[in-house]
Amino acid sequence: MSTTIESHSQPAPVRRPLLRRLVGFNLLTAVLLGVAGYYLGWFIGHQVSSGKSFKFISATDENDVALLLAYLFGVVGFLIGLGFANYPVSRLLGKHASLREKEDEGIGRYFGLCTDHKVVGMQYLVGIGLFFFIAGLNAMLIRTELLHSTPTTIAPNQYLSLVGMHGAMMMGVMTSGVLGPFANYFVPIMIGARRMAFPRIEALTFWLLMAAGFILTSTIFFGGFPTGWTGYEPLNDQAVMGMDSYIVFFALVGISMCLLGLNMIATIITMRAPGLTWSRLPIFVWSVLATSVLMVLAAPMLIATLAMAALDRTISTSFFMPGGGGSPYLFENLFWFFGHPEVYILALPGFGIVLELLPVFTRKPLWGYRLAVSGMLGVALLSFFVWQHHLFVSGINADLRPFYMLSTEIISIPTGFIFLCVMGTLWKARSSFTVPMLFCLGWTFNFLIGGLSGVFLSDTPSDTDTHGSFFVMAHFHYTIMGGLIFTFFAAIYYWVPKMTGLRFNERLAKAHFWLMFVAFNSTFMPLFVLGMKGMPRRVSSYAPNLHGLNVWVSISAFVLGFSMLIFLFNAVYSLIVVRLPAAANPWRSKSLEWQVPTPVPVNNFEQIPVIDSDPYDYGTPLGIGGTEPATAGA
Amino acid sequence: MAEPNHARRFTVLWVVASLIATPLVIVLLGPILPPGNGSQQASGHVTDNTVLLAMATPVLLLVVIYLIYAIIVFRQPKGGVLEGPAVRGNQRLQTWWIVVTSILVVSLAVYGTVRLEEDGAGSGGGPSPVVVPSGKKLKVQVIAQQWEFTYRFPEYGGVEVPHLELPVNQLVELHVTSLDVIHSFWAYQLGVKADANPNVDNVVYVKPTHEQTFEVRCAELCGIWHGAMFDHGHVVSQEAFNTWIAEQQTKYAAATKALPPYSKTYLPEPTRRAE
Amino acid sequence: MSLLVKKVLGIGTAVIVVGVLIGLYVASWATSFPETVAASGSATTTGVSTRLTLQTVAAVGAKYSPAHPDWVSYLVQSHGKWIHSTDYKVPANSDVQITVLQYDGDSGLRNPFLSQVQGTVGATETIDGKTVNAINPEEASHTFAVPEMGILVPLPGVAEEAKDQCEFAPCTMAEAHRTITFTIHTHNKGRYHWQCFVPCAAGFLTGGGGPMQTLGYMDGYLEVV
Repeated sequence: MSTTIESHSQPAPVRRPLLRRLVGFNLLTAVLLGVAGYYLGWFIGHQVSSGKSFKFISATDENDVALLLAYLFGVVGFLIGLGFANYPVSRLLGKHASLREKEDEGIGRYFGLCTDHKVVGMQYLVGIGLFFFIAGLNAMLIRTELLHSTPTTIAPNQYLSLVGMHGAMMMGVMTSGVLGPFANYFVPIMIGARRMAFPRIEALTFWLLMAAGFILTSTIFFGGFPTGWTGYEPLNDQAVMGMDSYIVFFALVGISMCLLGLNMIATIITMRAPGLTWSRLPIFVWSVLATSVLMVLAAPMLIATLAMAALDRTISTSFFMPGGGGSPYLFENLFWFFGHPEVYILALPGFGIVLELLPVFTRKPLWGYRLAVSGMLGVALLSFFVWQHHLFVSGINADLRPFYMLSTEIISIPTGFIFLCVMGTLWKARSSFTVPMLFCLGWTFNFLIGGLSGVFLSDTPSDTDTHGSFFVMAHFHYTIMGGLIFTFFAAIYYWVPKMTGLRFNERLAKAHFWLMFVAFNSTFMPLFVLGMKGMPRRVSSYAPNLHGLNVWVSISAFVLGFSMLIFLFNAVYSLIVVRLPAAANPWRSKSLEWQVPTPVPVNNFEQIPVIDSDPYDYGTPLGIGGTEPATAGA
Repeated sequence: MAEPNHARRFTVLWVVASLIATPLVIVLLGPILPPGNGSQQASGHVTDNTVLLAMATPVLLLVVIYLIYAIIVFRQPKGGVLEGPAVRGNQRLQTWWIVVTSILVVSLAVYGTVRLEEDGAGSGGGPSPVVVPSGKKLKVQVIAQQWEFTYRFPEYGGVEVPHLELPVNQLVELHVTSLDVIHSFWAYQLGVKADANPNVDNVVYVKPTHEQTFEVRCAELCGIWHGAMFDHGHVVSQEAFNTWIAEQQTKYAAATKALPPYSKTYLPEPTRRAE
Repeated sequence: MSLLVKKVLGIGTAVIVVGVLIGLYVASWATSFPETVAASGSATTTGVSTRLTLQTVAAVGAKYSPAHPDWVSYLVQSHGKWIHSTDYKVPANSDVQITVLQYDGDSGLRNPFLSQVQGTVGATETIDGKTVNAINPEEASHTFAVPEMGILVPLPGVAEEAKDQCEFAPCTMAEAHRTITFTIHTHNKGRYHWQCFVPCAAGFLTGGGGPMQTLGYMDGYLEVV
């Protein structure tokens, strides 16, 4: 038996009376304190900003100070209500405080602050799923509007808000789309640890993200925001109060990202089991490490940029205003210095999942382990040197364009490593085309298209045509939706049986994959054509000759949306209604997470395992052997 | 049961497919690639896009054919639990891959740079572009505002007009600037795109090569009517242009009188929100 | 089995109800256009058969806009009543006489070029009975501009020192105002957006936010039918 401090047995959950359960630090208290904090901030904001009337709910009179303070106080109240202040306060008062919180409260632990990384993983999965659904709904509305070449369904300012909400939510919340649920849940198990390095911070990242998502959604009460997810100045400064929702949202996402990354780095570096050397680390953990480094380095830039934008909006500083000596270029530079690593934050976990899953389903070791690792680290490093390719036509540092062209083209070398590893692993494999495998293969095709279209954008002359057009839009949907979301679903189908002990209906899952894959390509492939024909991004009216293709895209997008409903139905039906039991190790994986019991005990391991190989010990030296098929020769 | 030589079979498939597809792409797709031959710069883009597409085709085929091949051939038999070969890499292949991809991408970057330095490629080159094409230039200022482009001709008494006309075969020096937020001047058929920033003079060169109507759009989100910042411009003969500009000078005489003197940027007093 | 059916029904109904409620809210928010007001037709001796009477006011007031009472806005007259809308229906291929009662003060144009009248019949406007083809850019309060139709009419503001300044809409004829009249000729059917080019949104950077970027205040549609 291990003798670590936090080791404890699992007591039977005690069911307390309802009233007792409602009082205390829980979600209800958090919401109440959040609302109270919101109004306190609103009140103080109206007091400190002069000349404004003293109105509460009905007043949507522009007062950015009030709204920013309201959000800030609201978030603080929400976190206190959840119990995030208990530990520091106890320690300040000299009391002994538990390192771990609410890890044994039955179903209730999913609805509050819980420091069990497995609970946080599940919370992330559902929470992120919710915002993914909302953002997807926004996309449906956007495509509904684009059924017509002039705004007839959705007013143009609301349309821009929808575009901004869709983009910001996908880029913000889905940043943690893989790291949140799957890295939090599986990284400690994969490296043979009992918990994350900073369990309380781990929980904090989740609840910050939920608060952020809610704040972004609340923008529709304050007039929305017209800038899209990039929030360019000076349009940002010009916008109504809804812009503040965007600023607070992204700043909170930035904090959440930064903390999540920090936690992952600390965990992976310090808490690996004995024998788990760097060269035996599962490739997924490597991708998480690379992503985390990007998060820690890039997110602070975003937070600082948004703080400056908030100052420009509230106390009339001139960071981004040419009239006062500032420059909108500064915003573009700072934003993309975060923004480009950000897109690799979205792509890298996908690499990790594909390379992690392929060996299991091809029954082969991962081909080119070191190449894959250097590919990921190479992408991570180079991603900080390419940001001005977003500004090729902006007139900024025009002399430096050849450098950014080169650095951007060079980043496809390490990305190419990943493709070589995928292809090498598939070589002479014994592939079984399960649903996670299908999603991985889907990723390979989608990311290939995304990568190749990226070449056109990295080349300045070509980029002159495609910059700011639907071509870019198609490109990053291929890399992010085709890259991240496909692997997100691969991970769901692969790991949910481990997380819940339940499995999905396979027929529905395959229907989901095929419909999603076909509809995805049918939606985004024509967008390349639309972009090349000169349709700019983020427009609610477009040239009438592009109408037919837009209708095609919209209908495909609706089918794509419908495929998500199949997934949702499958999840509800298989996991909640019928509760299909999963086998202990349905994929015959040799990875550590499949060797622990389901459900995973609070402490993961009775005894910390000793690792003596990497988890890809598949295959036979000569490529033959294994067991013959059960039906062979029949 | 003898294993066929998969490596050779796949290589033959890929090489043959590439040899067929790449010329087809160049011949069939090349001419219809955007943005057409409206200007020297636009024609340059077409060449550039064709080269990139031609280089992307074999790469696309490599992975796609490989995927299809692997899916069809390297399968687990139904209900089988066979293991694949325990191969963990191939040093020589990896080295070759790195060398070839490196050569490919570096040559692409060099090619892009050469094309860019030839004539500026119609892309916004900042206040003092490195590449200045030689020859007599017609200076036109593009003034972006929420939500319309207007154009000023400093060599014609600083007259400002709401629609753009350019003489054919004349090198034009566009000075793109903005009065409020960031816009982007996109003359699609001319292959021109340059961001309009407040307080910045973004210079871009273009030489229209035949008479035509071209589309002007805004390519940077600038607020509610971003999508409606759409107009048509015309490339006309030198004589027609002279007549047109003289007409404009008469027509907008009243407005021209009210204009401030021509300047590379205009920085009207910003109305602060604390007003 | 019946428990299962109950579960399915329960969860299904709950999800659908919540989904429909959220969907309805978002849909009603996203699709909120100002109501369409038709220009009034009347036979006159001048041959102009359609008239549109608008007013601009510095603050629209809580009566018309509880959400943004102090935003600058247009109002339109319909059957003798002032309505807060910027979506106007006019007939195609005909002359439309537009009268704007200007109650707002001046803010000045960012681009003085836009001080010249464009695209109206005769390329002129009539300000308080005086026909002009341009105004002093400093005096501009708003512009009624339909870029896709090539129409731009600069509207001069009320002098700051004028008595009886109108505070909130609807303003009466007794209050200080300028009367601007112009005639536009419509051609093809379609839905054309119109907007203001004067940075008139007080409190917003470069006067371009809020009412300048919200349908129903300084932006709208001209529906040519």
